[in-house]
Amino acid sequence: MTDKTNPASEDMAPVGAVPSGDGVLDTGPVPTNPPRSQWREVWSQFIHHKGAVAAGIIFILIVLGVFVGPLIWPESATFIDIRARNQGPSLAHPFGTDQLGRDMLARMMFGGQTSVLVGIVAMLLGLVLGSAIGVLAGYFRRLDGPLMRLTDLFLALPLLPLLLVMVMLFRDGLAAAFGPETGIFILMVTAIGVTSWMPTARIVRGDVLALKEREFVLAARSIGTSNFKLIARHILPNVISPIVVSATLGIANAIITESALSFLGLGFPPDFPTWGRLLFDAVDYMQQNPERVILPGLAISLTVLSVNYLGDGLRDALDPRIRGR
Amino acid sequence: MLSFFIRRLILAVPTLLFIGLAIFLLLDLAPGDPTAQLPLTIPPEVREQIRQSLGLGEPMPIRFWKWMVQFFWVEPQVLIDSIFGTQFSLGDQRVLSWQSRSPVMDIVVQRIPQTLWVVGTAYVVAILIAIPIGIYSAYRQYSIFDNVGTFVSMVGFSVPPFFSGVLVIVIFAVQLGWLPSIYDTTHVVNDWDSFVVQLKQMIMPVMVLALQITAQLSRFMRASMLDNLNQDYVRTARAKGLSEKVVVLVHVLRNSMIPVVTVIALGIPQIFGGAIITEQVFKVNGIGQLLITAIQANDIPMVQTLTFIFAALIVLFNLIADVLYGILDPRIRYD
Repeated sequence: MTDKTNPASEDMAPVGAVPSGDGVLDTGPVPTNPPRSQWREVWSQFIHHKGAVAAGIIFILIVLGVFVGPLIWPESATFIDIRARNQGPSLAHPFGTDQLGRDMLARMMFGGQTSVLVGIVAMLLGLVLGSAIGVLAGYFRRLDGPLMRLTDLFLALPLLPLLLVMVMLFRDGLAAAFGPETGIFILMVTAIGVTSWMPTARIVRGDVLALKEREFVLAARSIGTSNFKLIARHILPNVISPIVVSATLGIANAIITESALSFLGLGFPPDFPTWGRLLFDAVDYMQQNPERVILPGLAISLTVLSVNYLGDGLRDALDPRIRGR
Repeated sequence: MLSFFIRRLILAVPTLLFIGLAIFLLLDLAPGDPTAQLPLTIPPEVREQIRQSLGLGEPMPIRFWKWMVQFFWVEPQVLIDSIFGTQFSLGDQRVLSWQSRSPVMDIVVQRIPQTLWVVGTAYVVAILIAIPIGIYSAYRQYSIFDNVGTFVSMVGFSVPPFFSGVLVIVIFAVQLGWLPSIYDTTHVVNDWDSFVVQLKQMIMPVMVLALQITAQLSRFMRASMLDNLNQDYVRTARAKGLSEKVVVLVHVLRNSMIPVVTVIALGIPQIFGGAIITEQVFKVNGIGQLLITAIQANDIPMVQTLTFIFAALIVLFNLIADVLYGILDPRIRYD
C-alpha cells in the first residue's frame, strides 16, 4: 500500500520544496496537481482494485457474448435435430446438443440473454422502489415510521417460499394475458423486484437522514427550493454511491433467484430457456453428458461472481474514507 | 431490558397477524381451483360438495378466522394432549392438508427431524469453520491466506446451491462413485457400518450448505475482528505485556463475537425453511421439500401454514437477536 502512495507524495512535495539548507523555510507540501472531479477520483481508485477490474471485463465479455454472440453463431436455439441428440462437444456443436438435438451454444446464449435481462430489469425495479421508499422515509418525518415498519414487515417474510407461491399462482393468468414468454418475464421481474428493495431502502434512508441535517440542504431550503427540487438536485446525487453498490448486488441476487425458480421448475417454459432452466433440464442427463450441467452452472456462477467483485470494487472506490489507500 | 422484551413481544403480534393475512390473501387471490385436477366426469353439484368439504364455501374473512382458530387454539391443544395425554382437543377441527387429508402439523412434525439433521449439522459445521478463518484472515489482513479466503468466500456467495450441489453429485457420485447422490431418510443407524453409511450420505448436502453459510459468516467475523483490532484497549492489553494469544483470542475475540452471535441467531430460521433447494437437489424429504410438493399440488392449507411458520420463526429470531445484542454488549441500552 505504501508504494501506491509514494508517487502521490512526490507530486505533492516536489524536489524544490525540500529545504536546501540556505535558510529558505520549508513551505510544506504544496499540491501541484490540478483538482480533479469526483468521478475521476473514483475511477482512479476503482482501477487499483485488480479483482474488480478483472470482474468488470469478464462481466462485459459475458454480456457481449450473449447479446452479440448470436450474430456470430447464427444457429437456432429452438431448431430440433433429433438425429443429433445428446452429442458431446464437436466442431459443429462446440457445447454439444441436448436431448432433442438443439445446439447448446445457441441455447446458452439465448438463455443468457433472458437471465441477464431478468437480472438487470428486476434490479432496476427493486432499485427504484428501494430508493424512492428510502428517500421518502428519510426526508419526510411523517412517512418515516409507516414506511420503515413496512420495510421490517417485508424483511420478515420468507422470501423464497413466497416467490414460489407467487409464481405458481399467477403464471397461468399472466401467461394467458401477455403470451407465455412475456407473461412469465413480467411475473419474474415484478416478483423479484418487489421482494428485493428492502436493503436499498434502509441504506438510502440512513444516508438521507444524515444529509438532511447538513448546511447545504439548509441553504437550499432557505432560498426557497421546493421539496421535489431539493430531493432531485441535492439529496439524490449525494446518495448515488450506496445506490450504485446495491445495484450490483441486486443484479447478482436477481440472477440467482431467477435461476433458483427455474431450477425448481417454476420459471420460464422449456422452449424458452434461461441458464437455470438449462441446468434443471440437464440434471436428468448428468450421467451421460455432465458438461451440460456444468456449462450453465458455470455461466451463472461466473456472472454472479464478477458482479459481486464489481460491487466490492465500487464500494471501495465510492467510499471517500478509504480512497487513496 | 425486560420492558423492551415485552414491548417487542407485543409488537410482534400485529406483525405476525398482518403477515398471516398477507399470505392468506395472496393465496386466496390466486385463480387456481383445488378441484381442477379432478376428473371431468364428476357432476357439478358433487364438485361443489367437494369444495364445501375442503372448507371453501365460506366468505374470505370467516375462512381466515377459522384458520387462525385452528392454528392458534386447536393446534397448541393437540400439542398439550400429545405431551400430557389429556383430551382437550377431542373433536376439534384441525388444519388439514388437501393432499392427504391428514393434519398439516402431523406431517410437519414427521418432516422436521430430517431437515434439522442435515441443515442443522451444516450450520454447526459452517460456524466451526468460519470463525477460525475469520479470526486468522483479520489478524493477517491482506496476507495470502486473507486474499485466498476472500476469494473463496466470494465464490461461496456466488455459486448457487443448485449448481454446487449438482456439481458435487457429478464428481463424487457419478464419476468417482464414492458417495450416494440421494439422501436416504429411512436409513437407521444402529452399528458402526450403518453410521458410516449415514456419514457418507450426509457429507455432500452438509458441505454444500456449509460452503454458503461459511462464506457469509467468515466475512462477518473478519470485519468484526478488524473493527476491534485497532481499538485502544488492544494497545493497552499489549502494553500490559499480555501474550499475543491472550490479546487476540480473549480480548479481541470476545468483543468481536457480539455482532457475529446475533448474525448466527438471525440465520437460524433458515435452518428450518431455507434449504429448499439443497433438499430438492439431494432428495431429502424435509420441510423445504414438503413446501415444494405442496406448492406444486395446490395444497393451500399446507402452504399457508408452512409459510406462516417460517415467518413466525424469522420474527422470533429477530427478537432473540436484538435481546442477545443487548445482553452481550453493555453499551447497548434499549430505553
